[in-house]
Amino acid sequence: MTTPSVPARAEDAAPAQHSGIDWLFVIAVLAIAAALVRVIYYTPFEAVQGPAQKIFYLHLPAALDAFMAFGIVALAGIGYLWLGDLRLDRAAESSAEVGVMFTTVVLVTGPLWARPVWGTWWTWDARLTLTLFLWFIYVGYLVLRGAIEDRALRARYSAVLGILGSLLIPFIHLSVYLFRTLHPRPIVLKPSAPSLPPEMLTTLIISFVAFTLFYLALVRQRYRLASERDLLELEEGR
Amino acid sequence: MAPNTLSAALLIARKDLAIEFRTRTAFFSAAVFALLGIVIFYFAWDPTAVAPMDLAPGVLWGIFTFSGLLGLQRSFGIEQADRAIDALLGAPISRESIYLGKAIANLVFVAAVQVIAIPAVQLFYGVPLLEHAAVLALIALLSAIGLVAVGTLFSAMAVNTKLAEMLLPVLSLPFFVPIVIPAAQATARLLAGRPAAESVGWLKLLLAFDIVFVVACTLAFPFTIEE
Amino acid sequence: MGSRTHDSVITARGLGRRFGGRVAVSDVTLSLEQGDTLALFGPNGAGKTTLLRMLAGLLRPTSGTGMVAGVELPGGAELRAAIGYISHASMLYAALSARENVELTARLFGVRNARAAAMRALERMELADRAETPVRQLSRGMQQRVSIARATVHDPRVVLLDEPFTGLDDSGSAALGAHLAALRAAGTTMVLVTHQIAEGLALATHAAIMRAGTLVRLEAGETIDPATYLTVYREHVTHGA
Repeated sequence: MTTPSVPARAEDAAPAQHSGIDWLFVIAVLAIAAALVRVIYYTPFEAVQGPAQKIFYLHLPAALDAFMAFGIVALAGIGYLWLGDLRLDRAAESSAEVGVMFTTVVLVTGPLWARPVWGTWWTWDARLTLTLFLWFIYVGYLVLRGAIEDRALRARYSAVLGILGSLLIPFIHLSVYLFRTLHPRPIVLKPSAPSLPPEMLTTLIISFVAFTLFYLALVRQRYRLASERDLLELEEGR
Repeated sequence: MAPNTLSAALLIARKDLAIEFRTRTAFFSAAVFALLGIVIFYFAWDPTAVAPMDLAPGVLWGIFTFSGLLGLQRSFGIEQADRAIDALLGAPISRESIYLGKAIANLVFVAAVQVIAIPAVQLFYGVPLLEHAAVLALIALLSAIGLVAVGTLFSAMAVNTKLAEMLLPVLSLPFFVPIVIPAAQATARLLAGRPAAESVGWLKLLLAFDIVFVVACTLAFPFTIEE
Repeated sequence: MGSRTHDSVITARGLGRRFGGRVAVSDVTLSLEQGDTLALFGPNGAGKTTLLRMLAGLLRPTSGTGMVAGVELPGGAELRAAIGYISHASMLYAALSARENVELTARLFGVRNARAAAMRALERMELADRAETPVRQLSRGMQQRVSIARATVHDPRVVLLDEPFTGLDDSGSAALGAHLAALRAAGTTMVLVTHQIAEGLALATHAAIMRAGTLVRLEAGETIDPATYLTVYREHVTHGA
């Protein structure tokens, strides 16, 4: 159905205002650089695994932020179905894309670490398998988005898939977990006593903060792009 | 008085099955596809290295999802062709009854394909599947409900996209992973002659999946058709 | 359009619909009484289908209010029960017979003796002898008649038609026009969206022109001059309101 292009609300019509330099992005990149310097020069080697273990400071924060990203996709989806506000859909879209990128980082760093430590590039370990399926679900989410012209329909379908995807994650986790796992037990999130030495824990936290800043900066950039695209589509009378 | 949700759903399911019975295209292609898959997978492994006994469960449930997709693809295709879906939406029936009716018809379709596929696996792989008919039927039912719950919803969505039926496998297959793994594992234990109690965990996982996704997809369905 | 709203079957006050950021219909106000037929003209993308789908209870309005057959929009099952919806798509299942298609709708609307009602509806469309023929074997014109039988099997108070003449030849259009005139004579309130100005006006008690989502002209039958209406239409559509 074709319909005329009349901007419905002020926030849809107003061009996105922003200055030339994205300070959040600059800060995020500096934070990542600082975290990497700390990982490489100021954090001791792990006794058993040696230098390979340092990839863990990228791997785990990227994984945590990817989970957070997909959680936001689901929450924004619920919000969209409830309120019908396209800003929530743009947030979901942006978060999903950045989440897929972070998941890709996890999938690349996992084998890099597994090769020297486990002696194999790929293994059907429960958490690695889960990450692979996360990647499939949200790549499918992006394919779905690309396959729908109608803006409102795209938002609704994406919201439905984003919500169902988050419900699927525990089931995939359980089924591949019951399949038996090789993965190191969680060593940070144990509530009683973290078994990670304090220096390593500090590095991990710094790295996590840096990655989260990077996530926020990318999502913000991507959100602006989505806003401008929506505005353009309005002006073209789609 | 307009029919309640269940009777409307049964009317819609009966209509879908009547159409399928008239044309039979989807059922025949799904059944032949399943048989072909079963045969091809047999030759994809060296039977002296991998025992058919070890292969059969994975083949059975892998083929189950793929042949199921063939039925699901056409589920909303027949509604879309001449916009018959608008006639259903314009009827004074609940939106849930449309989803439920389509899902019931798909369930019958998937079950009918399994009725052909399970004996075929027994025959070609020489495994005693039918000796465990009761438990196997339970596994098949639980798997089919989950598959159909998710697949019916995605079928409704896929027909409205540019990619149409090409999108359905991409969206659905990740959701079938927690169906194939428990179903294949439980079947393998069955074939190995282990006590049924060992499979209870897997069956519980299937049941939980069914409950969560039947509820979630029923709630989500109105958003996929209403504007 | 009189100020008497107590017996109006369709009313809309400032009715509008937005899709995401874009506005499809805005600020539509109209009122139709029993037996009225509104012919709704307008170029593609003017929002005619959107307006019709809102009146049919298929689409939720995002602004304004409306009442159809005594039910407040967006309405629910109660509203849909009072409506027959016909479009250029047949809304039929090609593999099923004409009778099966109409009977399914009758059952979904809770019509008593659904099969007999379906046969009566087909008889009204002079299709009784083709009742058991699969729809795919019927001509486009016959399919359209089955479609009308399907949409009117529950004797709706309101019939909404979206481009029903599309794809029909001259004799098919004439037959359809005659069937719609019979519906009107039976007291059915209709909204007819069409590009065919002559066919539309022949049936109408009211005429309206829609452009860019709004009604730019709305008048009752006695003031419509079919001879000059095409000129009026072109002026409104090309030069704006």
